[in-house]
Amino acid sequence: MAIEVRIPTILRTYTGGAKSVEGSGSTLAELLGDLDARHQGLRERLVDNAGLRRFVNVYLNDEDVRFLGGLQTPVTDGDTVTVLPAVAGGSR
Amino acid sequence: MRYDSLLDSLGGTPLVGLPRLSPAPDVRLWAKLEDRNPTGSVKDRAAFFMVEQAEKDGLLPRGATILEPTSGNTGISLAMIAHLRGYQMICVMPENTSIERRQILQMHGAQIISSPAAGGSNEAVRVARRLAAEHPDWVMLYQYGNEANARAHYATTGPELLADLPGITHFVAGLGTTGTLMGVGRYLREQVPGVAVVAAEPRYGELVYGLRNVDEGFVPELYDASVLTTRFSVSANDALRRTRELLDAEGIFAGISTGCALHAALAMAAKARKAGQRADIAFIVADAGWKYLSTGAYSGTLDEAEARLEGQLWA
Repeated sequence: MAIEVRIPTILRTYTGGAKSVEGSGSTLAELLGDLDARHQGLRERLVDNAGLRRFVNVYLNDEDVRFLGGLQTPVTDGDTVTVLPAVAGGSR
Repeated sequence: MRYDSLLDSLGGTPLVGLPRLSPAPDVRLWAKLEDRNPTGSVKDRAAFFMVEQAEKDGLLPRGATILEPTSGNTGISLAMIAHLRGYQMICVMPENTSIERRQILQMHGAQIISSPAAGGSNEAVRVARRLAAEHPDWVMLYQYGNEANARAHYATTGPELLADLPGITHFVAGLGTTGTLMGVGRYLREQVPGVAVVAAEPRYGELVYGLRNVDEGFVPELYDASVLTTRFSVSANDALRRTRELLDAEGIFAGISTGCALHAALAMAAKARKAGQRADIAFIVADAGWKYLSTGAYSGTLDEAEARLEGQLWA
């Protein structure tokens, strides 16, 4: 078992076109570090010195990690992490 | 109930219990039926408050032209009010929005300028901003950053909810302009210690996220994360499934964004039940299902409906 990480189209240049990749770690920060070892540059697109980038949303099993524990959010095998750009969305 | 005019009947919508979808006698779900507003959606509140404020501020002289990036309900609300008050209305909307919305807008006398489907509402906002710069006499009320949008809910939706449900523990609504969540959320947080304010955000198909890079993203100016306690991302499949459950179990024929909010509301209900806590969870029924019939959301299997929604702005 590992943690599935879903990657949005605009970041698939870092994953060789893959829609989702697998990684491991006990926190989101560790998971992103693990991913960066195989998909170099991906981490920097998601995180800057202040934490998650403004227009990047990361969801752990559909919950926004900003309301869980940010980069220190605990993750475990079997979890699904979804990365999405922040957009204005639909019918407003 | 009698009102002097249609606009005077704004708000005061019913809050109805969901006896079949509520998981336990002390963990209850309540639906705020915002489709019972003048043009049939929650957006009537924001549109009315934004126009009133613009008039107070002297921004809308007789015959003025209102411009707004909107792919649906806000445009319909604004178009109706604009028509009654003698303003011109121009909506900038993505080309991948349902035919019903276009027809209703046109019935209310609005002009529609299409923006490219790729990029969704982000692109509509960009096009509207460019048009506003080219036509300084046009008035963009700009729902994503207009404080009157959130204030409408602080002043009306929030107090209505608390009056009808003094024991409210959770408030759940769709996250778009963020106006409903910011306004109701602020009001309830002032009045109800420990209340949870939960955002349900629709997760669209790839097309809508077709930005060129992550720095092109968009966060509404109204958004203040400190008002929320949780934010859920809800897939089209989950939103459709819940929309159908709401109709099947409780008889409520709602739009697809309501299924999105219901999905998050049920998740909170399940958490409360597991923790052995009582809960009164109110969520917003943003509109009814009529405008979405042509999307195929209500016919065939869930998978078929989901496939038809791919690439559409379903909430």
